Amino acid sequence: MAKELPAAAWDGFSLRRRRDVPEGLWMRCQNCGAMLYRKAVADNFQVCPECQQHFRIDARTRIEILVDPGSFEEEDEKLESADPLKFKDLKSYKSRLADQQKKTGLKDAVVCGKAFIKGRPVSLAVMDANFIMASMGAVVGEKITRAIERAIEEEITLIICCASGGARMMEGLVSLMQMAKTSAALAKLDEAGGLYISVLTDPTTAGVAASYANLGDIVIAEPEALVGFAGPRVIWHTTKTELPKGFQTAEFVMEHGFIDMIVQRKDLRDELARLIDYCGK
Amino acid sequence: MANGSATTGSSGAYLEFEKPIAKLENQIEELQLAQEQRAQTGRDFSEDIKKLRASLVSLVRKTYANLNAWETVQVARHQNRPVVADYLDMIVQDFRVLHGDRRFRDDKAIIAGFGRIRGRKVMIVGNHKGRLLKEKVACNFGCAHPEGYRKAQRVMKLARKYALPIVCLIDTSGAYPGVGSEERSVAHAIAENLSTMSRLQLPIVCVVVGEGGSGGALGIGVGDKIGMLEHAYYSVIPPEGCAAILWKSGEYAKEAALALKPTAKALLKLGIIDDIIPEPLGGAHRDPQQAGLAVENYITRTLRRLCRVPVDKLVERRYQKLRIIGSLTDGSIKLTNEKPTKKTAEKKKTKAKKKAAKNRA
Ligand SMILES: [Zn+2]
Repeated sequence: MAKELPAAAWDGFSLRRRRDVPEGLWMRCQNCGAMLYRKAVADNFQVCPECQQHFRIDARTRIEILVDPGSFEEEDEKLESADPLKFKDLKSYKSRLADQQKKTGLKDAVVCGKAFIKGRPVSLAVMDANFIMASMGAVVGEKITRAIERAIEEEITLIICCASGGARMMEGLVSLMQMAKTSAALAKLDEAGGLYISVLTDPTTAGVAASYANLGDIVIAEPEALVGFAGPRVIWHTTKTELPKGFQTAEFVMEHGFIDMIVQRKDLRDELARLIDYCGK
Repeated sequence: MANGSATTGSSGAYLEFEKPIAKLENQIEELQLAQEQRAQTGRDFSEDIKKLRASLVSLVRKTYANLNAWETVQVARHQNRPVVADYLDMIVQDFRVLHGDRRFRDDKAIIAGFGRIRGRKVMIVGNHKGRLLKEKVACNFGCAHPEGYRKAQRVMKLARKYALPIVCLIDTSGAYPGVGSEERSVAHAIAENLSTMSRLQLPIVCVVVGEGGSGGALGIGVGDKIGMLEHAYYSVIPPEGCAAILWKSGEYAKEAALALKPTAKALLKLGIIDDIIPEPLGGAHRDPQQAGLAVENYITRTLRRLCRVPVDKLVERRYQKLRIIGSLTDGSIKLTNEKPTKKTAEKKKTKAKKKAAKNRA
């Protein structure tokens, strides 16, 4: 299957163009083509005011949008990969990590901590697609697991904002096993009666989709987020059939019964608070 | 048994790195033919044959003792390598197949049911690749849909009701990437299996017998003991897929395989699998019966041990085993579950000795 893949630039999972927010005072919406004043987009939660396209945002911005101002206390921020395989492709994993750390100011692809959402205490984990496509290696797996454990110990709601291209292949099977590790921890949270709300953002795929992203008591997604297991390109090459319209969008996945609700970014904070009131302790 | 022996004349079955072996085997075959005509020619080759056979054995042993990761992947995918159906034939008595996930349909890529292994009643779940082409097509070459994983979960819960230990036999290149798979969310099905298997109040033993294809394998791969056949592989992504992304071309599959280190030896060292099950000389495809016996012995021995442990303790141990898998640092201390190499273990020992001596002084 994978053998047939062309050498064309492929970001690992998506046929769709990337939707990062470009730099500069002005920007063009990649969806509707409108010229937008950057500040107006920022004031609108990084959503296009014209067409409501939700642009990808980094973890810090997401946290800012989501939690009560000043309430976020970061945990485990020092954890970084120890490169278990001494992996090297055209570039060594070590130098790749160093580059990404410099670029993002993060040690790895998830930011975790405790915060309040409209006064409700939560254990929060937010993935950052800017860091090697928010792929899950040992650091992401460990930090997510610790966030789950905090939710169990302190009897608070767990919220994970997912975004991921899948398992971090440069960490080999160590990364695959993080799927089992996080899922096992979530099973414990479930036994303890804790609430877990999973928020799927663009893109949530592969190994993360096949573990904690899909295990929420409540699963929320942002509009039009890419949500799926295998990349559309791989599917196309395997099946040679045309993909249905809207394939692997949050709307498509909700239609098929695997997402509870799609929530606009501007409403997310309110929605989380209301849900916590129904289920939280 | 659909699988013949790869060594007997079926030259197409030789892998690239087995060429010297093939050459030697052909030589022996020719001599044997000549030997059969001894009556006419009057020449006796029995000594030569004996010598060549001895060197063949040592060549095969040497070759297979030093397989690199890419060669291992090829052996694990060998056309004559026994598949799960073969192991079921060899080691399971009175196998009662259970069909369907009770939700959508029966996925033939996962085979499940009651069976006895050396008299012990168990629930068996395995990836079904099929043997003949028709069967292979019917089960999508072992690539399961969501309903396959949901069938697995259903029978595991059934096993829980009757306290039957679970045996998972893993051999898949991955979950099926298709429209239906996505519509019925294979990601959700795998995720549910991971959390269910991590807490199931039963002994679970998993054996990777061929290909361990990422999430598709892990979806039935959480257990108390994870065994791996010596020349099986278990990888986060197929080497070809990894090469396409990181080397920008599938042609670099060999380089990707070497970098991914998906071999039993490497995974044992990383602390991810528990045991390596030795294969017969020259790989399971050269002697499926021997391979079957090795797997049967491993399962029997492992279950005997696991069944002695109180089930609560078993589940907690299973959790802790997963909990520590990682390799990271907080800037000063390295946190890892890797097995210490001999060198570092010795270093630790001498350090401890020095410390003890110091304390005494
Ligand atoms: Zn727009």
